This record gives sequence, C-alpha cells and structure tokens, in this order.
Amino acid sequence: MLKAAENQEVADVEAVNAKQARPLYAERVKIHPKLAHGFWRNIKWIVLVVTLAIYYVTPWIRWDRGPHLPDQAVLIDFPERRFFFFFLEIWPQEFYFITGLLVLAAFLLFLMTSIAGRVWCGYTCPQTVWTDLMVMIERLIEGDRAKRLRLDKEPMSASKFGKRVAKHSAWLLVALLTGGAWVFYFGDAPTLFVELFTGEAPYVAYVTVGILTGTTYLLGGLAREQVCTYMCPWPRIQGAMIDDESLMVSYRDWRGEPRGHHRKDESWEGRGDCIDCKQCVAVCPMGIDIRDGPQLECINCALCIDACNEVMDKVGRPRNLIAYDSFQGMEAAASGKSHRYRFVRPRTLIYAGLIALVSLMMLTALAFRTELEVNVLRDRNPLFVRLADGGIRNGYTLRVLNKTHEMVTVDLSQEGLPNAELTLLGDDDTTVSIMPDDLTSLRAFIVLPPEQAEAAIEAGNEVLDFSFVATEQESGRISRNATTFRLPEGR
Amino acid sequence: MAENKRTDDVTGIETTGHEWDGIEELNRPLPKWWVYVFYVTIIWSVGYYFFYPSWPLISDYSRGLLGYSQRMEVAEDLEAAQQAKSVWRDQIGEKELPVIVDDPELLRFALAGGQAAFGDNCASCHGSGAQGFVGYPNLNDDAWLWGGTLESIHTTLLYGIRSNHPETRFNDMLAFGQQGVLDRQQVEDVSHHVLSLSGSEHDEEAASRGEPLFADNCVACHGEGGVGNNELGAPNLTDAIWLYGGDLADIRESVWAGRGGVMPAWIDRLDDVTIKQLAVYVHSLGGGE
Repeated sequence: MLKAAENQEVADVEAVNAKQARPLYAERVKIHPKLAHGFWRNIKWIVLVVTLAIYYVTPWIRWDRGPHLPDQAVLIDFPERRFFFFFLEIWPQEFYFITGLLVLAAFLLFLMTSIAGRVWCGYTCPQTVWTDLMVMIERLIEGDRAKRLRLDKEPMSASKFGKRVAKHSAWLLVALLTGGAWVFYFGDAPTLFVELFTGEAPYVAYVTVGILTGTTYLLGGLAREQVCTYMCPWPRIQGAMIDDESLMVSYRDWRGEPRGHHRKDESWEGRGDCIDCKQCVAVCPMGIDIRDGPQLECINCALCIDACNEVMDKVGRPRNLIAYDSFQGMEAAASGKSHRYRFVRPRTLIYAGLIALVSLMMLTALAFRTELEVNVLRDRNPLFVRLADGGIRNGYTLRVLNKTHEMVTVDLSQEGLPNAELTLLGDDDTTVSIMPDDLTSLRAFIVLPPEQAEAAIEAGNEVLDFSFVATEQESGRISRNATTFRLPEGR
Repeated sequence: MAENKRTDDVTGIETTGHEWDGIEELNRPLPKWWVYVFYVTIIWSVGYYFFYPSWPLISDYSRGLLGYSQRMEVAEDLEAAQQAKSVWRDQIGEKELPVIVDDPELLRFALAGGQAAFGDNCASCHGSGAQGFVGYPNLNDDAWLWGGTLESIHTTLLYGIRSNHPETRFNDMLAFGQQGVLDRQQVEDVSHHVLSLSGSEHDEEAASRGEPLFADNCVACHGEGGVGNNELGAPNLTDAIWLYGGDLADIRESVWAGRGGVMPAWIDRLDDVTIKQLAVYVHSLGGGE
C-alpha cells in the first residue's frame, strides 16, 4: 500500500474531470465517495435530518379552520382552488404571494451565494440531500468506499447479487416514500394515505407517486453528481454572484505546495503541507480534486475540509489546509498580510436591501389583505341605456368575495349620485348574503332620473364619479369601490 | 479538424480541435449516456410514424395505427359537454319561464346559454351588447314594441316580426305620404304634432293643424295621445326612445314612407331550450317587465 506519510495511505483515486486527454464523449467514472468524519459532515447530517423531516412531516400537521374547511396546515387544494398555509388561505388571484415567496427565495439564494458560495448546493438542495441519503444506504449495505470498489470488481455471486438487490430495493423504497409524501400536499394526508392502499386514491395520485419514485431513484440513486454537472443551470449561474470576497471551499495552495509524500523524520521545511494522500478526492461526492481550484463541479459541501483536517491531525500539521476562504483572503495570506473578511459590501447590501423590500411589500400586502372584497366591472357595451322616461341607466357586474369562514350579509348602496336608484337583478332589495369562502356575482343597475340626467348632459358631464358601498351587517365594516356613471355626450 | 487539438493556456483544458476564425472550443465532454439517450429518442420518434398521423399524402395523410386526431377529440369533448349540460337543458325545456327565473341555478345556466346564443344569432342586428341600432331596437331599455314580459319576449323570439311564419307578429305602418293618404303639408303637420307629444321642440301652429290628422289616422294604433299599444306593436310616441330617430326629419320620413322592420322566426332555426334561454337573457338585460 502506497503511503503518503508514516500513518496515512494514499487513496487510489483520480479526479473525474482531469483537464488532460479528454475524449469528446465521456464515459461515466463511477464515484464511490468515502465517508468523511468531522464538523462539516455533522452539519450535513443535521441538515439532512431536518430537511427530510420537514418534507415528510409537514403534510401531517393539523390546523383547525372550522367545520367546512380542511384541517391540514399546508394544503394545495386544486379542486377548490385554494392554497392553505397555516393561518393563511390564498385564493387564485392572490397568487402573487407565492410569486413574492419565490422572488424572496431567489434573492436569499443570491445573498447566501455571494457570502458563502454554493451553500445551497452543498447542504440543502434536494438533489444533494437525497443523494447523500442514497449513498448512506449504499454504504450500510455494501460497506464503505474500499469495499464497494472491491465489490464492483468481483464477479457476480450470490452474496454480491443479494447486496445489489438489497441496495436497489432500499433505494426504491426511499424513492417510493418520497413520491408518496409529495401527494399528501395535495389532499387530506390521513385520508389519502388509506386510499392509496385501498386503491381508491385518484388516478393522478398514483401517476404522481410513480413519476416521483422513478425520478428519485434515477436522479438520487443512479445519476447523482451527473445532475449537478450536466443538468442543473445553477452551477453556470452562480458565478455571477461570487466575487473576490465570497467564501468558498478552497485549497490553500500557498500553504500546501509543493506537495509530496512525507517520509518519516523528514523535515517540513521547504515543502508544502499537502502530502498528496488524495483523501480530499476520495471523499468528494462529485469526484473532483479541490486542489485544482474552484470548478463548476464543486458543490461546496466541505467534506474535503473534514477529510483533510483528519489527515493534518495525524501528520501533526495545522488544520484547515482546505477551508472556507475567499480569493482575497488567500492572496493576503499567501503574501503574509492579515485580512479582514468583508461580508458587508455593495453586492450583499443590494441583495439584503432587495430581500427587505420584497418582504416589506409582502407584509404590507398581507396586512391590507381584506376578507371581503367587492370588485366592480362596469358595462362597456352599452355604456349607458336611455330609458323611456328620459332617465339614464348604467349596468355593473359586482363580484363579492367572502374570504371568511362564515356567511356574510352585506347591504349594498351607492354614494355620490343623489336621487339615483340602485337595483339588483333578480332581487327585491339590495341586501345580499354571500356563502362562506365563496364568490357571488351580481348584476346591478343604477338609474339616474330624467331631471338629473338632463342637467348633467346639458352641463357636459359625460362621466360622473361615484362609489359602490358595501356594509357588512354584523361587523359594520364598510368597503367602497370607486367607479363611474356614464351619460351621452352633451349637445 | 481533430489534429488542431491543443491545450488552452488560460484554463489548462484541451480544446476539441474545432476552430472558427481563431475562436476555439474547449472540450467539455458530453457524457456518453447522454448521447445514447439522444439516439433512443431518434428511435422513439420512428414509432410516431406508425402510430400517429405524420406523412402528407397526395389527397390525404397517413393516419397512423392509433387513428388519433385532435378534431375527433374535440368532437368527443363537445359531446361530453353537451351530455353534462343536458341535466340543466332538460329542466329548462320542461319548466315555465317564471319558474326558471326564480331558481338561481337554472337562471345562471339560462343566462350563460342565452348570452352565447345571443352572440351567435342576435348580435348581428341588435349589437353584441343588445344596444341596438337605428331600426333595430335596443333591448336594454324599458320600451317594448311588443311587450317586455318573459312571455311576450318568448313569443317574439318564436315567431318573429313580419317574418314568413304564419304566427308572426305583424302590423303595418302605412306609408301615409307615398300612398297619397296625406299630402306633404299634412305629413309635416302630423310630424310636428308627434314631436309635441314627447315635449320635443316643434312648431305650435303646425302641431295644432296636425292634431286632427293624428286623431284620424294614427290613434287607431298609437292610441289616444300616442301612448302606443304593445298588442299591436305600436310604439309609444311620448317617450324618449326613438327606434328610427326622434328628429323632425326622421319622423317626417316615418310618416311619409312608413316603417316595418323584420325579425325572423326562430322556432324553426333554434331548439326550444335555446329560445327559452334567449328569452330569459333578453329579459335580464334591464328592461324586463
């Protein structure tokens, strides 16, 4: 066994993206990442458990909304066209809340990336989390890197076959659970859970579970790093958020070079700390060599930091030969200067400002969100109708939205047209009841009596401003909607 | 070209050997399986030739083993939609008009169907908003030649006005001038009298000369004082609504040459349910009685 130092073996591994002698079409080099131990690996375990728990548990959280509405905390209800999120109930026309959340998520990603590189890719991206989970299962069944390499080379045997079957079955089970959990966001989880087993669940639920099972197995179990390298646009985009001061997982070449195996009792003078043991390559889930510098494939998962620190401890050199560092930090350290990392810089301030702005806009929208809404659509064809007695009538469609969970009775009236009469089609009075969580469409007519109409036309007032006023009977709350009353052109 | 391969100085990555005007391409190899997936999609596409319509032929096209056609799908969808609607259509067919209007669900369905049918059949004369034009009544207002109740509107729709149906609504506004019943001066005088009925500007003297002529010739249909008669389809001459215009010239023309618009009978053109829906829709426009 080749040794890089007295008590450190050299890993038999090459970076999958070596720069030289590339074929035009690359054969996939199968990567068997070795298990790392240390601070960052522990962080990744915690993130893995927390994110998976959020994903699997969320649909099962209950939230009481009264007798007529679902009691699921998070529910995307397509048939009823509602999105329930704890205390919030979003109607389709309020989809801008979701848009706002997505904009917010994008800016958070930008901010995170400009401060600490691809934190999203390394820790929280579902592709990373599920791949990590799949690799863990593989390790539990087939053993760590060395054993897996050996198993790959072995001819097929009963034991190898058994392990393979066990691994793929476990992967498929995880994939099935992933797809299964997804559909619970779109239906009542406990009911749907039973229905899925009794065969009564909707057709689309089975199809969704099937598709997600397939994609999870394929992308998390089989394709793994290929998704990040070949399919994902983010590695190509993130470069725009990174600058000289962004922290990234970096190999401190000023300290590590010249690299070389270290013999017992050899001095560390005149050489670098890197003993070229390739442990950083062996643990890399992307199969790359961080010592080649920042590269598109690197998801900044920091596992090479853990691997290297372990080796540095063994050979008695200071830790963090590979560490989170910035271009400027590396440059300063190389020339022996001290460096203060600047997290507050124009780029991060702009991102933070945008986050604050979008959050503020959304909070404002949320605070001013009304639970009873009256929308007025005035007739455009005809704009006005002359009645037999010379009066003028305008028609309007009123859409009254009741977002509350109780029936609301509303008195409708108009304000701004003295003596004009408001009537509702098919109704004797102007009081209407709107069912809970419902939308009612009403036809309203306003008639301006002949004298007023004549006076307005003579005065050349083609357009009169007025408002529809809706008064809630119970609470006395009033909402006004400004609109116009149109008359023929003056003579 | 492959012999131009070299290692790029800046990146240390090999080039593919492709070069265009000095611009070279770095070799970022495509994974082999990706290429295979591409081949598979090509093979897959061949399946389409057999299963789906694809090749244009001289007078037809290859229809494919599945016989799929979007047009057929639309026809099936329409059939299904018709089926789904039949629950409501059947009820509208059976029930009386006032009952339909009192049932909110039926009313909504009738209005939706009526609006669509109005756009297809009526809008060309009455306008898309039923606002009417000169000679084509505005259906939004509260003046009705033949009555504005649900029943009257329904009857008008069924048999039309001066249509070729035996049951048609019919009246005859004589061409008093052309047929020599009244001479030019008399037509002028009657017109002034008609203007006076609605309080419009007129010549007092002419109007008073026209009054006895009006009593002799017009009251039979338009009624005492010109208030009109829905039974006969005679318009009210005292209100603010003028089908053919309310100026002296328009009225003179009406008296001189007569008037008589035509509305077709829809009983032979539209089904029973659609006509009922139309009646409900027109009645809802604002002038229904």
